[in-house]
Amino acid sequence: MTLYAVIFYVLAVVILASTLLAIIQRQVIHAVVYLIVSFFATGLLFYLLGAPFLAALEVIIYAGAIMVLFLFIVMTVRAESGEDKGEIYHWLPAVVLAIISFFVGGVLIFKIPGSKMSLNTGMASPATFGQFLFKNYWFPVEIASFLLLIGLVGALYLGRQESKKESEDRR
Amino acid sequence: MIVPYGDVLLLAIILFLLGAVCSISRRNLLMILIGVEIMLNAAGLAFVAASLKWSLLDGQAFVLFIFAVAASEVAVGLALIVYSQRRTGSLNADRYDSMKG
Repeated sequence: MTLYAVIFYVLAVVILASTLLAIIQRQVIHAVVYLIVSFFATGLLFYLLGAPFLAALEVIIYAGAIMVLFLFIVMTVRAESGEDKGEIYHWLPAVVLAIISFFVGGVLIFKIPGSKMSLNTGMASPATFGQFLFKNYWFPVEIASFLLLIGLVGALYLGRQESKKESEDRR
Repeated sequence: MIVPYGDVLLLAIILFLLGAVCSISRRNLLMILIGVEIMLNAAGLAFVAASLKWSLLDGQAFVLFIFAVAASEVAVGLALIVYSQRRTGSLNADRYDSMKG
């Protein structure tokens, strides 16, 4: 077992443990803090798998921007109203379905040829990745930027304070 | 030599299912959105591993678009959550039953 394999399994255990802890938390704010750990470890895993630019983006966007946005919203809205009791009948169907699909997926993965072969180490430098992206995928990049603009406008529209006239119109 | 490709896919499957369980079984709207984020992240992990296996950069390009989709999705989703919390005063998905569905 090489050093890379040891790093991979350690990171996998960290990711799974922190994600599992995150989804069973009663308080949303604790879940968000656990998820920051999970996304940070996922960023390191991206670096191990040869994507340094995506590793930086994972830390900046996921662990940075998205989770901080969640933290802001958790602090803004009243927290106690969304509390759920965690009864067993909420969890049981989802867990049973997840275990079934896990076994089916595991059988599928280890039956396909080539899944036993080890991955070679490789590294795509950010410059290579950027040139590849803008040579082959320039149009999806434009669509993605347009999607981000639409998301910005939509969030502004939904989040604006309702004026008095509009709320009277609604009644 | 890192690890077999199947191990990375297995990790991605477990991560995806954890997100799905969170999204299905929690009643808090914020936790539902967090489950969706976990699932998108797991899909990105599978894409990066596939990109390394076939040494093609297309997988990494797709992960970039997944990031863009996740960022805009969480912005609009959180705005919707704040909006519905302002209108109904609750974050519990079970209380959204005014249509008696």
